[in-house]
Amino acid sequence: MPSMNNAAERVRRELLIRVIRGELDGTLDQEIDRIPIVMRPSDQPASRCCIYKDRAVLKYRLMGILGFGVEDETDEAKPLREYLAEARLRREPPKEVLSVAPVACYGCIESHYVITNACRACFARPCTFSCPKQAITVGPKQAEIDHSKCIDCGKCTTVCPYKAIIRVPIPCEEACPTGAIRKDESGREWINFDTCISCGKCLKACPFSAVLERSQIIEVIRAMKEGRRVVAMVAPAIIGQFPATLEQLAEGLRKAGFSDMLEVASGAELTARNEAKEFFERMERGDHLMTSSCCPAYVEAVRKLIPEMRKFVSATPSPMGYSGRLAKERDPECVTVFIGPCVAKRKEACSDPNVDYVMTFEELGALFAAREINLGTLEGLKLEREADPYARGFGAGCGVTAAILHEMSAGEGQTPPKIDGKLINPLDRKNMRLLKLHALGKLPGNFLEVMACEGGCVGGPCALVDAEKGGAAVRKLAREE
Amino acid sequence: MGNGSKLKVEICLGTTCFILGASELQDLAQYLEPELLDRVDIIGRTCLGFCKDRKFDGAPFVRLDESIVIERATVARVTEKIKAMLKEKDAE
Repeated sequence: MPSMNNAAERVRRELLIRVIRGELDGTLDQEIDRIPIVMRPSDQPASRCCIYKDRAVLKYRLMGILGFGVEDETDEAKPLREYLAEARLRREPPKEVLSVAPVACYGCIESHYVITNACRACFARPCTFSCPKQAITVGPKQAEIDHSKCIDCGKCTTVCPYKAIIRVPIPCEEACPTGAIRKDESGREWINFDTCISCGKCLKACPFSAVLERSQIIEVIRAMKEGRRVVAMVAPAIIGQFPATLEQLAEGLRKAGFSDMLEVASGAELTARNEAKEFFERMERGDHLMTSSCCPAYVEAVRKLIPEMRKFVSATPSPMGYSGRLAKERDPECVTVFIGPCVAKRKEACSDPNVDYVMTFEELGALFAAREINLGTLEGLKLEREADPYARGFGAGCGVTAAILHEMSAGEGQTPPKIDGKLINPLDRKNMRLLKLHALGKLPGNFLEVMACEGGCVGGPCALVDAEKGGAAVRKLAREE
Repeated sequence: MGNGSKLKVEICLGTTCFILGASELQDLAQYLEPELLDRVDIIGRTCLGFCKDRKFDGAPFVRLDESIVIERATVARVTEKIKAMLKEKDAE
């Protein structure tokens, strides 16, 4: 199914283009409070109950683009231009990366199982017999579920001859692998940051576009305007995200205001090499398991929720970590911006002094659009250095394992330990449980590549193309030598 | 209608159109029924130029037979328009 036939994504990108364009032109102060009105004029039909609600939601989305969460709102009447002024002065990027806009959250219905009007109130009533909690009673017209008794087991759905009982999910809660997003008494969703791993699955799942991402784009533009050397560290998953070659992207990034493009695949080479070494050492000393550590949502999940796994997570820095180091070694004054499909990298960057800011592919696309840079027409810049093809494969599932295997086979004279690699992908509730079992040594495999997003980074919440297509492009480039 | 008069379907793959939806449209051929596919020429264009002068609101753009421009194009809308235009041609 085409994912871009989706009004939520379009609005998100359109808002980004408007904000970036305004900030580059120096006109955003005058424009920003008008954006909701321009995008939802009174003479057009509303998407929600009325245009005023549409506009209110757009205001919160704009707050997110300025880097603020709903939690930062102390005065509802505070205009966006005041937030903008604060964003321009901010020195530290926001610590939390997601937020839920109250007016946008529709408050999906609480119960998961619903009896539809297809119910005939039949004589056999298998639903009442299958229910272990006697939660179903049959009235004169149709059956009813007593939601105070229902335990969401779903047995009734399988026995109804009319298929009249359906499961209605709460999309954000369904997508969240850790149960961090939950309703309050009023029915609106809140994120519990004690268990949130910033994977961004809720952002992608919410059909009301109520989950906001807190962007750092204002800071990136500020660094460009200050004339700093801003290095674009592009994730391996970038290939296939734009209709352009890496060379065209390098030129496009230069035109967009970056000084250089650094392939994070260069950092991935170091990750693969050192992780292979680390694996060797860990197996030597008798560990039964090591896991990858490049997916920040997974690392956060272990830190917060799977303590059994902590000692098995590789201590080798991620490709982003190494890339930041490479860039700062070359020029300590430069500003490093990681650009990827990932929400959780924002969190990882918070604790990495070598990574100043994080942008998403979506934001980069909006920057290209705002600057009217058409990648396809560019001749392209010769890359200063071509990254190793294996390292370029990190962005798609199994890419990490492949790169480590490659490094191990390249080891000098040593007999590498036998690697029994497993891919844990995506990070969902089932796989969270599997990880626990792996940590306890109850499942086979001595190396786990864990990727929170379906298909690897290419399936990230801020990717521009679907995971299958993005993954194919990454794998194609990874094979080229 | 002979082979020479296939319906020309130009999809703008400029960066702006791409991020606002053309990334899906480039797979239009996969979504078209075989009978329709035989009667169209799908061409990806680097940029058709409609987004110039900051008018990105209409993106992604698709142009049919060098005359009809579809704004905010989606696979469904383009398919529908293709069907309508082919029907018109057949009636001529």
